[in-house]
Amino acid sequence: MPEIKVTPLGAGQDVGRSCILVSIGGKNIMLDCGMHMGYNDDRRFPDFSYITQNGRLTEFLDCVIISHFHLDHCGALPFMSEMVGYDGPIYMTHPTKAICPILLEDFRKITVDKKGETNFFTSQMIKDCMKKVVPLNLHQTVQVDDELEIKAYYAGHVLGAAMVHIKVGSESVVYTGDYNMTPDRHLGAAWIDKCRPDILISESTYATTIRDSKRCRERDFLKKVHESIERGGKVLIPVFALGRAQELCILLETFWERMNLKAPIYFSTGLTEKANHYYKLFITWTNQKIRKTFVQRNMFEFKHIKPFDRSYADNPGPMVVFATPGMLHAGQSLQIFKKWAGNEKNMVIMPGYCVQGTIGHKILNGQRKLEMEGRATLDVKLQVEYMSFSAHADAKGIMQLIRMAEPRNMLLVHGEGAKMVFLKGKIEQEFSIDCYMPANGETATVTTNPSVPVDISLNLLKREMALGGPLPDPKKPRTMHGTLIMKENSLKLVSSEQALKELGLNEHQLRFTCRVQLQDPHSDTDTLHRVYTHLKSVLKGYTIQHLPDGTVMVESIVIKVSSSAEDPNTKVLLLSGVIRTRTWGVFFQPC
Amino acid sequence: MAAHLKKRVYEEFSKVVQVRDQKLRLSKPSKSAALHIDLCKATNSTDALQYLLQFARKPVEAESVEGVVRILLEHYYKETDNSVRLKIASLLGLLTKTQGFVPDCIVDDAISTLSNEKSHQVLAQLLDTLLVIGTQLPESPAIRQRLIEVACKHLSDTYFGVRNKCLQLLGCLGVMDTPLTKENEGPGSRDVQSIISDYFGDQDPRVRTAAIKAMLQLHERGIKIHDIIYEQACRLLSDDYEQVRSAAVQMGWVLSQLYPESIVPIPSSNEEIRLVDDVFGKISHMVSDGSWMVRVQAAKTLGSMLQVSPHFLEQTLDKKLMSDLRRKRTAHERARELFTSGEFSSGRKWADDAPKERLDTNTVNLIASGACGAFVHGLEDEMFEVRIAAVEALCQLAQSSPTFAEKCLDFLVDMFNDEIEEVRLQSIHVLREISTHITLREDQLDTVLAVLEDSSRDIREALHELICYTNVSTKECIQLALLELLKNLNKYPTDRNSVWKCLKFLGSRHPTLVLPLVPELLSTHPYFDTPEPDMDDPAYIAVLVLVFNAAKSCPTMPALFSDHTFRHYAYLRDSLSHLVPPLRLPGNGLDLVDSRCGSGSVESAQLFLQQSLNRVSVIQNLETPGAQDLLDFTIRDLRRLGELQTELAGAADFCATYLRCQLLLMKALQDRLWNMAVPLCLKQNVTATTAAQQILEETYKLEFLYSGLESRQVATIHHVRLQAKALQLVLTARTRQGLDPLISSCEKFLQDIESFQRLFLTELPHLQDSFVDKLLELMPRLSSCKPVEMVRILQTTLRQSSLLHLRLPQQIHRATATIIEPTGESDNPLKFTSGLVVALDIDATLEHVQDPQNTVKVQVLYPDGQSHVIHPKPGDFRKPGPDRHRLITQVYLSHTAWTEPSQIEVRLLLAYSSSSASLSSPSLASKLGWSDSTDSLPPPETAVEGTIPFSKSVKVYIMPKPSRR
Repeated sequence: MPEIKVTPLGAGQDVGRSCILVSIGGKNIMLDCGMHMGYNDDRRFPDFSYITQNGRLTEFLDCVIISHFHLDHCGALPFMSEMVGYDGPIYMTHPTKAICPILLEDFRKITVDKKGETNFFTSQMIKDCMKKVVPLNLHQTVQVDDELEIKAYYAGHVLGAAMVHIKVGSESVVYTGDYNMTPDRHLGAAWIDKCRPDILISESTYATTIRDSKRCRERDFLKKVHESIERGGKVLIPVFALGRAQELCILLETFWERMNLKAPIYFSTGLTEKANHYYKLFITWTNQKIRKTFVQRNMFEFKHIKPFDRSYADNPGPMVVFATPGMLHAGQSLQIFKKWAGNEKNMVIMPGYCVQGTIGHKILNGQRKLEMEGRATLDVKLQVEYMSFSAHADAKGIMQLIRMAEPRNMLLVHGEGAKMVFLKGKIEQEFSIDCYMPANGETATVTTNPSVPVDISLNLLKREMALGGPLPDPKKPRTMHGTLIMKENSLKLVSSEQALKELGLNEHQLRFTCRVQLQDPHSDTDTLHRVYTHLKSVLKGYTIQHLPDGTVMVESIVIKVSSSAEDPNTKVLLLSGVIRTRTWGVFFQPC
Repeated sequence: MAAHLKKRVYEEFSKVVQVRDQKLRLSKPSKSAALHIDLCKATNSTDALQYLLQFARKPVEAESVEGVVRILLEHYYKETDNSVRLKIASLLGLLTKTQGFVPDCIVDDAISTLSNEKSHQVLAQLLDTLLVIGTQLPESPAIRQRLIEVACKHLSDTYFGVRNKCLQLLGCLGVMDTPLTKENEGPGSRDVQSIISDYFGDQDPRVRTAAIKAMLQLHERGIKIHDIIYEQACRLLSDDYEQVRSAAVQMGWVLSQLYPESIVPIPSSNEEIRLVDDVFGKISHMVSDGSWMVRVQAAKTLGSMLQVSPHFLEQTLDKKLMSDLRRKRTAHERARELFTSGEFSSGRKWADDAPKERLDTNTVNLIASGACGAFVHGLEDEMFEVRIAAVEALCQLAQSSPTFAEKCLDFLVDMFNDEIEEVRLQSIHVLREISTHITLREDQLDTVLAVLEDSSRDIREALHELICYTNVSTKECIQLALLELLKNLNKYPTDRNSVWKCLKFLGSRHPTLVLPLVPELLSTHPYFDTPEPDMDDPAYIAVLVLVFNAAKSCPTMPALFSDHTFRHYAYLRDSLSHLVPPLRLPGNGLDLVDSRCGSGSVESAQLFLQQSLNRVSVIQNLETPGAQDLLDFTIRDLRRLGELQTELAGAADFCATYLRCQLLLMKALQDRLWNMAVPLCLKQNVTATTAAQQILEETYKLEFLYSGLESRQVATIHHVRLQAKALQLVLTARTRQGLDPLISSCEKFLQDIESFQRLFLTELPHLQDSFVDKLLELMPRLSSCKPVEMVRILQTTLRQSSLLHLRLPQQIHRATATIIEPTGESDNPLKFTSGLVVALDIDATLEHVQDPQNTVKVQVLYPDGQSHVIHPKPGDFRKPGPDRHRLITQVYLSHTAWTEPSQIEVRLLLAYSSSSASLSSPSLASKLGWSDSTDSLPPPETAVEGTIPFSKSVKVYIMPKPSRR
């Protein structure tokens, strides 16, 4: 039985450094090639030595597929392709291809320039790596080689995120990457057709969470901002440059438009501007509203949101500022925070999770006095709000995707092990399919039952169809006669005549003969005639001939009469024919 | 037969026919003949196809259809090319549709073509033709039976198109009772439903869809579908193809409506539930389908399943949250708790939504079973079409179930923040519709009111409308609403009227809640006099409107008013009487009058109206002394009644106008004038002419400005008009010398009488003894006599005819229009460069106007007498309520340079066309084109179309400046 093997090098019962090896139908595919945010040593990257101890990976991998541009999904790509060595094709969607190098370059800068690490990939390596990328379009089937084909589906999550359907022959695997089943302000929901893959490899970040409606959270967020602005306060929103930041921008921008607000919104420049440029370009990847309205106005061309300048922080009056980084641990957001913290009219909104030890984490936990460097303390008087916007599917979303795709097996990655156990149990219970959750380095093996395609000649099909009653009758399977020829890796079903012809064989006919004894006083010819008339009366609808040479033909069966030597009254009927009939004698019983 | 027909066709080709108007005319060369010649000429299939295509572009007369069909069939048998045969088959279908052609004569031929056809496509097309024939002949059971047999025979075809068409045929023609195939075929004789249901499992999704559609078609034709197909239909809900699923949703719905109470088992358990609940659960499941078309369909369908049990209904809003396997409360639940605990909006803490108790992993149900959370999904859907459908469905279900309305409130309020305006608007409308069932909580009201700042006018107005109907629970809510409305007023001053109206209802709905707020609202102080607020401040007026309306049903409230409040009341009662109700104020002279007219019931007013009419009807003779006075007083009374009793304004006005017409007529026909010699009575002649003119105008107003008229009244109006015309004729005869114009106008008058007779044949018995009645008696004499004599007859009949008694219909409404914007108060001229245009925003409400898109025009009058008529785009009309329209449009003004600013007048016109309304002559109706700018309006007496100004004109100050060089 053929098998599909899945081995996570990263993201197995873990979040970060997604890297999953799949071997299917003799092909080896690497899905994602990410880094781990939590480590600064070798554990940062997936362990490529699992594939081969030394030498390049090119010969072991048929292709690499990157689902989206987050660093935990593509951060190790230049390392793998340039430093370990891989020259095969790398597939990613157009937006991912555009934004990925920006993030990689940023990542490199921070690691090398700020932390001073050596033995890291260089800018040139990023460029070289990107040259190996083959871009994908949504729903476009790409033939990697003769047998392997991949197809991308929309995944939501971030701009350009895709799920991939990998198919070899009739075996197939779907890898979701990160996805989101509920639409947000700038992206739509993930969608896949009923492709019934053998394995569905799904992320499970929120395996044990069912989230509330997005609209409530958005409304809360907007209300808080609005109230603060009306009071004349300043609002600081620390964000990371990509993804959620754009969502919040759209949210605020439309709200400003709707409510006719005049207070300025600023966005700290840098990375963002470049990224926004790509968001403007890839309108087709966004949600229904943005796609529909971009003819009048591209939603990413913000009217109310302007680039931020350091000096604006001291301007009087209300304003909203988006600043990086997201956890208030350094940089511009921290500087602005220090300036504004003293006024209770102001507000800071943390739109995401903060790591322990950062200022963001401290203020979220209600600390009102912060120790800054140089023994100075900072009184935090401004309001602190927490607003989480996450773009992963929750447990219900994951179940919904399973229902959409109808896989035969399920495999969970990109989540905490304990939570996966719960989801695994649920999936097995609800869908009664097997669910796997391999740890890093473990291999999950799924045996498949692929259907074998057979060519059938059209003539044969038509002939056989004409034989049995009216079509269609889907309730009954139909048997048909034919000859299966296995030749040069291909299977063919042909009629027996053609098979004989192709194989160069002569046709042999089997004739069956049997003798029936009758008690009949008449002469041979009379008996024959009586048989003839009897058959004629019994077998209506058959052609029965009385031939002059003393035989009766019923279709292809020949009947002869001879009297036995010892008893002239005992006549022997000789029947002979090729028909596969079992009940010849029946008709002669009453004679 | 065919040959004979062909011959006939050839004859037609060359025949010369005599037409009624005594002119010789060649009939058009018959098409069939031309076609035959063409087809014979065609050497190859491409040519033939070209001819057929050309042929198809022109219509064929009903008489020659059969001939054409024969020719086509003849060619059909000869033709070898599939595409040509296909075209012929489709042409056959088209031809059968010809008006006035009965296709039963070609049924046999059409069926016989089927038997030899090899090509599947052509076969499908032929079946389509049969379908057309079948639908044209619904009354013939024999043909139907034959067609059904044909359909059954071809159902086993291998091509999906043929099977589709056969199923369609069965769906359109199948009948309940008769078994389809003949008895002697044994077990094969089954009814049409089971045959169709066999194809629910067809291998081709298109055929499956067609089968379901055929079944639905049977249902639409009133045949009861058996419930045995229920299970099959349910299976189709999980089909791979969206069109099948979509049709299956419909099928499920139909079954749920037919057999709501039958019991179905739940698989894998012993329980049983009602069928409607089961279907509801299954369709709910489809709300999270992969295809958005199906989702829309499912969401829509849910809304119409009103018989579903409340238990299932409430599940659709159910969503259990969890975080890290611990139960979490939804924002809605938290809000509700905060509200019940008396604390409002803490929301400052991080993780105040932190999950509480641990969940048992076994109880968590991840995949929505049954109806669970269907609307939660639907409302969060990616496509706004689905969201709108879900909102509408919520509305329908909530209207029938108050408890559900209460529950879905939170979700609807959430939808106010949708990113797409349409969805927001729809949810506001829906909330208004179910608002009778609900009371808004403070936090919900807060969310609702936040939308008041929306920049879209539609949204704000919808919201105002909503607030008009909303019930709130506490005085804080009232305060909040007032505060937000004032903010709204401040931000968008154009919303003034809408906001005031909103506060009017808010006040009259919650008098007891307003009472404790009064001192604060009016900023009165127990010891100190507070400064008198500015009376022109819209915000202050808004507050007063709220307070006064509350005071209407709260007699203790006026005690809290300060002096100036009473003065302001008197002022506002006069200036904004539609917003400020009459109050019973202590020591106020006004109050007596006000309360009296307020208490007058509709019945008594109706009675009064009827009595006045009866009184007038006594007047038989025009010369009766005092008759004129009686009419005068009655008219005055009626006009006043209309002002006092708004419900009867239409009827009263209508009567008054009618009586005025009669009065004018009466005056015009007074003795003195007619006994004098012609040259001596020039002056009277002038008054009579103007009177006739006025009566004509008034009759047009009577006919077109009032809605709810019955043909009896229309006849009466036309009768008056006829009298006026007669009067005009008589006057013409007296003044003008010259016979020719007189003859023509006499002829015209005779035509008018004829058309009157034609139009109101049924009403004639009611017009006993009237002017027309007499005229019709004299008709033979009139039509033969000389003009002079005719005039004399008319004159005597006119003077002898009695006053026609007016009978009132049930409901008469007068079309009215009020221009809200421009207000005409601005002193700042609208400046623009001459030669260029300036856009003027017009905002008006129209009441009781039928078909405003076609009838309402905007007229702009310039000081130099120039007038422009602009017809607004159909999209500029909105319909906020029954019999109410709102016109929000822009008109473009332009003029040459003026030296100083001056006023232009803007008013609304109601265009009418008597031709389209009564005479219904197509040639006149087609003339209804309105040019953008007509320098003078067509005078109503000569043209059959005209306009009635039906709004007060508003003056706008404009100043076209000379362009700078």
